[in-house]
Amino acid sequence: MNEPFRCHQGIAAPLYRINVDTDAVIPSREMKRVSREGLGDGLFANWRYADPATRQPNPDFVLNRKPWQQATILLAGVNFGCGSSREHAVWALKDFGFRAIIAPSFGSIFHGNCVRNGVVPVTLADDTVAALAQAEQNDPGRLITVDLENLCVIDSDGNQHPFSIGEDARTMLLEGLDPIAMTLTKDALIEEFLERDRRERPWVYL
Amino acid sequence: MDRTLTALTLFEKIWHAHRIDGRPGGGHMVAIDRVFLHERTGGLALQGLEQAGRKVRDPARVFCTIDHIVDTFPGRGDQTRMPGGEAFITSTREAAHAAGIRLFDIGEPDQGIVHVVSPEQGIALPGLTLVCPDSHTGTVGGLGALGWGIGSSEAEHALATGTLVVDEPMTMRVCFDGHLAPGVTAKDMILALIGAHSASGGVGYVVEFSGQAVRELDIEARMTLCNMAVEFGAFSGLVAPDEKTLDYVKGRAYAPGGQDWDAAVAHWQSLVTDPDARFDREIRIDAGQISPRITWGTSPQHAIGIDECVPDPAKENNVRTRQAMERALAYMELRPGQALAGQRIDGAFIGSCTNARLSDLRRAAELLRGRQVAKGVRAICVPGSSQVKAAAEAEGLDKLFIEAGFEWRESGCSMCFFAGGESFGAGDRVVTSTNRNFENRQGPGTRSHLASPATVAASAVAGCITDPRSLSSDQRT
Ligand code: SF4
Repeated sequence: MNEPFRCHQGIAAPLYRINVDTDAVIPSREMKRVSREGLGDGLFANWRYADPATRQPNPDFVLNRKPWQQATILLAGVNFGCGSSREHAVWALKDFGFRAIIAPSFGSIFHGNCVRNGVVPVTLADDTVAALAQAEQNDPGRLITVDLENLCVIDSDGNQHPFSIGEDARTMLLEGLDPIAMTLTKDALIEEFLERDRRERPWVYL
Repeated sequence: MDRTLTALTLFEKIWHAHRIDGRPGGGHMVAIDRVFLHERTGGLALQGLEQAGRKVRDPARVFCTIDHIVDTFPGRGDQTRMPGGEAFITSTREAAHAAGIRLFDIGEPDQGIVHVVSPEQGIALPGLTLVCPDSHTGTVGGLGALGWGIGSSEAEHALATGTLVVDEPMTMRVCFDGHLAPGVTAKDMILALIGAHSASGGVGYVVEFSGQAVRELDIEARMTLCNMAVEFGAFSGLVAPDEKTLDYVKGRAYAPGGQDWDAAVAHWQSLVTDPDARFDREIRIDAGQISPRITWGTSPQHAIGIDECVPDPAKENNVRTRQAMERALAYMELRPGQALAGQRIDGAFIGSCTNARLSDLRRAAELLRGRQVAKGVRAICVPGSSQVKAAAEAEGLDKLFIEAGFEWRESGCSMCFFAGGESFGAGDRVVTSTNRNFENRQGPGTRSHLASPATVAASAVAGCITDPRSLSSDQRT
């Protein structure tokens, strides 16, 4: 189960670059362990560390600066999460603490992987995201609210920015369901199938 | 037209028998009969499930092998040349034991490459659905089982629910008419198809292979054909089960016995495409025209007859295709118009889930009998499973390989792909019985030429790319 997401208020880190691919989100060599845990450490490793090997932080990188070390929302550019299908990219973002990503557009597999893992991908117009990112730069630490129930983003001035997301994805995120949980809501159908199938194809069942 | 009421293809019969829920045009929830895991992603999937507080729904129908990164040197253990590889092996083993899953472990007589083990054990059966986090899972289509590769979250989904939600693929029939010429094999057939119709020709389709030449293939060769359906871009490949299939399946460890056997056979005999069934696309190929194939470039679609010359990108109209050809030529260090036959090689590899079953080893060994691998060629044979290895040794094939100068290894994926461990050298030209000739697939800078085991053996002996028909007067067909 993912944590249900209804409405979340948090610090938003501006990382307003276009075409940030999943290799940049988490480089291959950071995926060596047999785990989806602890990947937050490798998040944006090539940018976040002056030397990824020694983990010497790069003081200029947004996630190393106050107050964005505490960010739970990412303000990102066009086509965020394009490239390799690696689910590790979302696992790393989630492990770092991100609960929502606001961008003008997303890589499509990455978008699906976000939903699958309870991270809300919010699509807003490019100008809107740019303005939110700029406001953060000017006045760091302004809180942003992502209201999934009412499908809008509320900035610290109280302005509302409506967004849309697929109905299935919204249900999954609101309920904290992942695809497995969604399927298990149809458990009765599965059981019914199995009961009939056991009679019809007994050799399948070992 | 609602096709459920009309004549059905083999694929549609299998799909309908597994569909639990779903609307037309949307994702279908289908029952998954078998899940197979391996150490590269199996441990992760099982761990993920456990962390989510879930259980494997039916552990008796889930299996796991150690094949991808395990060493294939004699006397191997959990230590592997891949950096950090040992943790993948030990964590997968622990997770499999904890979940109560049958593991084909290192040192066990039934260990081997997942797609070789599953038919060998009768885990894959006609009409079953089988998934594995590995793209060549369609191999089991050679038995008339529907297998396909999945990602790690999907593996968790299949483990936890016994189902997957999948968009129904379209259907394609590839009919190989006539008979194969002597010395031509299933590997040459599939490379001929991909060479003619591209590596994306099958995208969105499940492909049924049919026709006289397919009926005449033995089951192992049909698996070779289906193994590379994914290199054609297809969702999966299938061959309708027949008497040969029943003979193959009978008596295998997990195959049905007694009354179940009779019921199963009755069902399997219905698994044929109805005469009036409609496919979304059909391709016909004259099997008699196929010569041994080999690839010149870095995609399986860069396949030509072994007696042909490297094509000229300048004659290609499509810009992107042309650029890809130019890049491939540069990587492979070849020129347009050059003959492939006669190119010096540094390596010869017989292995992988494509071409390392007993019949493959027999064909290669027959060519090696009384011959020597050329000087300067590193030749390696890695049987597809420990059972294949034992069977080969029982008939003395190992001696033929070793006496000819091949290394004779333990079973595993080995140098089918580079995981950070063992590889051929940068710039080395290798003739290989595997399925992918991508840049760096067999090691950084390695140049791979895909071909049949017979072509690999003939080339190893000659020290250069060689038509197996030119070497042998007593060829098998
Ligand atoms: S032999 Fe190669 S293609 Fe086959 S399962 Fe192993 S790595 Fe994959």
